[in-house]
Amino acid sequence: MDEKKDGPQAGLSDWGIPGTYIFDHTRSRVGFELNKLAYSLTDPQNREAFKKDEEAYMARYGLTEAQKDAIRRRDWLALTKHHGGNIYYIYKLGAATGSGLYHMGAQMRGETYEQFLETRGAKGAR
Amino acid sequence: MAKIVAGIGSSHVPSFGPAYDGRKFEDPDWKPLFDGYVPVREWLRDTVRPDVAVVVYNDHGSDFSLDRVPTFAIGVRDIYEQADEGFGTRPLPPVKGDADLSWHIAKAVIYDEFDLTVCQEMKVDHGMMAPLPLLFSHDPDWAVRVVPIVVNVIQHPLPTARRCFRLGQAIGRAVASYPEDLKVVVVGTGGMSHQLHGERFGHLSETFDRRWLDLIARDPEELCRMTHEEIMAAAGAESVELIMWLVMRGALAGGAVERKHLNYYAPMTTGMGLISLAAA
Repeated sequence: MDEKKDGPQAGLSDWGIPGTYIFDHTRSRVGFELNKLAYSLTDPQNREAFKKDEEAYMARYGLTEAQKDAIRRRDWLALTKHHGGNIYYIYKLGAATGSGLYHMGAQMRGETYEQFLETRGAKGAR
Repeated sequence: MAKIVAGIGSSHVPSFGPAYDGRKFEDPDWKPLFDGYVPVREWLRDTVRPDVAVVVYNDHGSDFSLDRVPTFAIGVRDIYEQADEGFGTRPLPPVKGDADLSWHIAKAVIYDEFDLTVCQEMKVDHGMMAPLPLLFSHDPDWAVRVVPIVVNVIQHPLPTARRCFRLGQAIGRAVASYPEDLKVVVVGTGGMSHQLHGERFGHLSETFDRRWLDLIARDPEELCRMTHEEIMAAAGAESVELIMWLVMRGALAGGAVERKHLNYYAPMTTGMGLISLAAA
């Protein structure tokens, strides 16, 4: 992790559950523009515009440089842990960039997709 | 008079959608899920025969956004289109509403001091659409009309478990005061154990889920005492959706209930629970 780009936003809450970043006011405040961008991808035209030119699309929203960089790196853990992304919103960014939820989850766990699937009871149910 | 005749608790996992649309009913990894719904669907169709389903679900940033987050909302139209959640919509007819009953419930519940946000334009996402076709036929059109109740379980502060139960009680009173002879089933959706973010992604707790499935029928008061923190610590951050089952249970709270069906399967990242309760 590049601490300079990726370091935690100041003041994010810790609810005391390991590996868990509860989406409360501290995250919703810093993630507002980020989640707004992700929400906009529920419109097919916006999805096309985003896929065509991510930089131009991101420039429409008031994202921080660190948030933009985490999107560029498809760093789902950083987006939810440090940048106020809510998983149900960020999921739409995953869909627009070719990552399904289980791919995103494997990355957040620090595993490959295949390693993650091996931890599941019936991996065909996906 | 309208009467609440049954309650259903059901997960609303998004992967139900493509599995159902792809007809994976006999796929060995999906069969334990789909087989569990068959007797419930048949019981609803042949025995309960509801006119209306009050479906309690949450929006997942599909139609509502973080611009405005109602703690509780109600849809009051005769039709609800599907929301596009980022990859198009499913081949299902639009959900039929019941505007008259919705407005009656809105008025009764608000005068009962539950201040719902009243929505005349609302698209529904997998929170409703994942379980709906597993419970009710939709060919050529839906077998029930739907009153959608939306709960914020995404952005904390969330309503408490007990508040959800009490909202259900108010909905129960509202339905009972509706003059038309209607049979109403209440469906509480969400959960069970799951966490979809952070290093703890994929956390499951069958122990917690089994306990919930037992207590929702037998002793909902114990579930009402649970804090969000207790639920999330035991069963994953996103499992807190389960508080929506307490709206369903509260709506049935006026009398005895009998558990009719129970199914549980946790193949991937979510405990997929299903319970049916008949009002005595």
